[in-house]
Amino acid sequence: MAARKTYEPTVMVSPPSDILIPERDLGEIPALECRHLGITFGGLHAVENFNLTVGKTEIAGLIGPNGAGKTTVFNLITKVYQPTTGTILLAGRDIAGMDTAAVNRAGIGRTFQNIRLFNNLTVEDNVKLGLHNSIRYRSFAGVLRLPSYWQEEKKAHERALELLSVFKMERMADLRAGGLPYGVQRRLEIIRALATEPRLLLLDEPAAGMNPSETEELMETIRRIRDEFRIAVLLIEHDMKLVMGICEGIAVMNFGKIIAKGTPDQIRNDPEVIEAYLGKNREE
Amino acid sequence: MKKNTFTTIWKSNFTTYGIVLLFFAVMMILMATGNLSRLMRGQLVPICAYAIMAASLNLTVGVLGELSLGHAGFVSIGCFGGGLAAALLHDAGAGELVCLAGAVLAGVLLSTLAGFLIGLPVLRLNGDYLAIVTLACCQIIKSLLTNLFVGRDESGLHTGFLTQPEGVAADAFVIRGSQGLRNAAVIDNFPAAVVLLILCLIIIYNLIDSKSGRAIMALRDNKIAARSIGINITSYKMMAFVVSAAMAGAAGALFGLSQATVLPGKFDFNMSVLILVFVVLGGLGNIRGSVIAAALLTILPEKLRFLADYRMIIYAVVLIVVMLMRNSTVFHGLGEKIQGLLRRKKTAGSPPRDPDTDPAGKEG
Repeated sequence: MAARKTYEPTVMVSPPSDILIPERDLGEIPALECRHLGITFGGLHAVENFNLTVGKTEIAGLIGPNGAGKTTVFNLITKVYQPTTGTILLAGRDIAGMDTAAVNRAGIGRTFQNIRLFNNLTVEDNVKLGLHNSIRYRSFAGVLRLPSYWQEEKKAHERALELLSVFKMERMADLRAGGLPYGVQRRLEIIRALATEPRLLLLDEPAAGMNPSETEELMETIRRIRDEFRIAVLLIEHDMKLVMGICEGIAVMNFGKIIAKGTPDQIRNDPEVIEAYLGKNREE
Repeated sequence: MKKNTFTTIWKSNFTTYGIVLLFFAVMMILMATGNLSRLMRGQLVPICAYAIMAASLNLTVGVLGELSLGHAGFVSIGCFGGGLAAALLHDAGAGELVCLAGAVLAGVLLSTLAGFLIGLPVLRLNGDYLAIVTLACCQIIKSLLTNLFVGRDESGLHTGFLTQPEGVAADAFVIRGSQGLRNAAVIDNFPAAVVLLILCLIIIYNLIDSKSGRAIMALRDNKIAARSIGINITSYKMMAFVVSAAMAGAAGALFGLSQATVLPGKFDFNMSVLILVFVVLGGLGNIRGSVIAAALLTILPEKLRFLADYRMIIYAVVLIVVMLMRNSTVFHGLGEKIQGLLRRKKTAGSPPRDPDTDPAGKEG
């Protein structure tokens, strides 16, 4: 599984030596490459020398104890925070100088640890907002109700229902998003992110608040999303069953640094990972 | 399943247009049969103007979700700019409707410009800070207008700031500093005002129910999420703010022309708050509510005149009672029950589905 990449780097930052992507993605430009990524908050290194490569169609996991800096990494990749050091390549393209909205247009969709839906809008409108940049009519055409408005809105309506069907949520299209059960809100957030047609989907604790059978279903859906949309998925999750079950590569963080990378089997048996989660055995 | 949100939105919008047209028809009948007092007659155009102000402020406060306390500033720009344009058109021998249209157009253009310029610094802020800065901008506009002199005669326009230009006849001035705007001709055209109101409502409703409106509401609900799905926050914030300002300008021109003179002091903090009261009373984001609230609260003080000295106390008490009723659970429960009954009647064939327990939803 571990292998060197076989494409020309586009940015002159020395790539880290430990690049891991699934074999089927070899020879393809990785969906995401973080090189020596770091950020400091007032002297505190929240994330330091973070190197991660996610293959073009890989499902990768980012795990670690609370406060390890996992969500900070997501916020760096989506430019909610500006990295102090390092480079982020999205499908080989440097995203330096882009803001959050531009990063999304470049191909990163994300969900949030504490769900961020448009609570007062309907489920369908939430998805249509994900489609916002692919709906092609101007504001005045909307106000004047020109033909382009009707055509594009009809297309958006159909596309929204199609996307909702990924999670079998077509019937909820007219419901208010804020009134949905927690687990359904999480799914809606994933659909909204998918609607922006990302190359890379960042999921921040997608299974939080779900029961075991819902989690099982979610794992199946994440796989299906990867296969149908041919995109990469990077997820933060505390549910080890989900992480070990669907991730092809896993990176473990502690105190802002990656302490281990590898396949689920390698991670499960890594002494440093066990120590980070369970603490050190005093007798050793 | 096929029940489309489009149709429900359309129905709701047309109800509002219908209410306005009904109001228009009733007033016209009352006027024709001589049952409308002179006082009420004079209130008709201001009611339409206040309704436009309230609906447009609702775009900023209810739809965009930013508290603006400076709406009166844009109204005054429209009022004074429109008055000047109407005076010039009147001199050129234009008819009443042309004067009004020209005034509204001038009001819209000037307010749009002002909205954009004020929006640049203001929209960098959020919440309370934004509210206070809009309040300050309103105050600046008021001060500028209080010191502005604009007159016209055969030799052209004469403008002065702080002092009245010398050597120009006093009656040549349209804008006379602290003495305010003096209209060349009062234009009190109720049908035209209703047309303008409906036009504004159509623009607001169509804007809300389009991709731009969705984006604006997305900003209100969650800015971080809106950014994360690639929505350009600044431009949509500006769009809502400028459209709101433009319509305030139109309302200002309409209002100003219906009065013989308008003092710049009228458009102060109190006026901004009055419009905000219409919006809050009618419901944030509820355009129809703002229009109805604006009409009722403009008529109410007139109808309470028989109470003489107690008039404003009663007015305030009515406001408090209505606000309490809007927020009481008893009142809400009643409203929802009525709505539920109506809905059940309409969709008798298909009972509301609970998506989580609906087996068809799981199979899909």
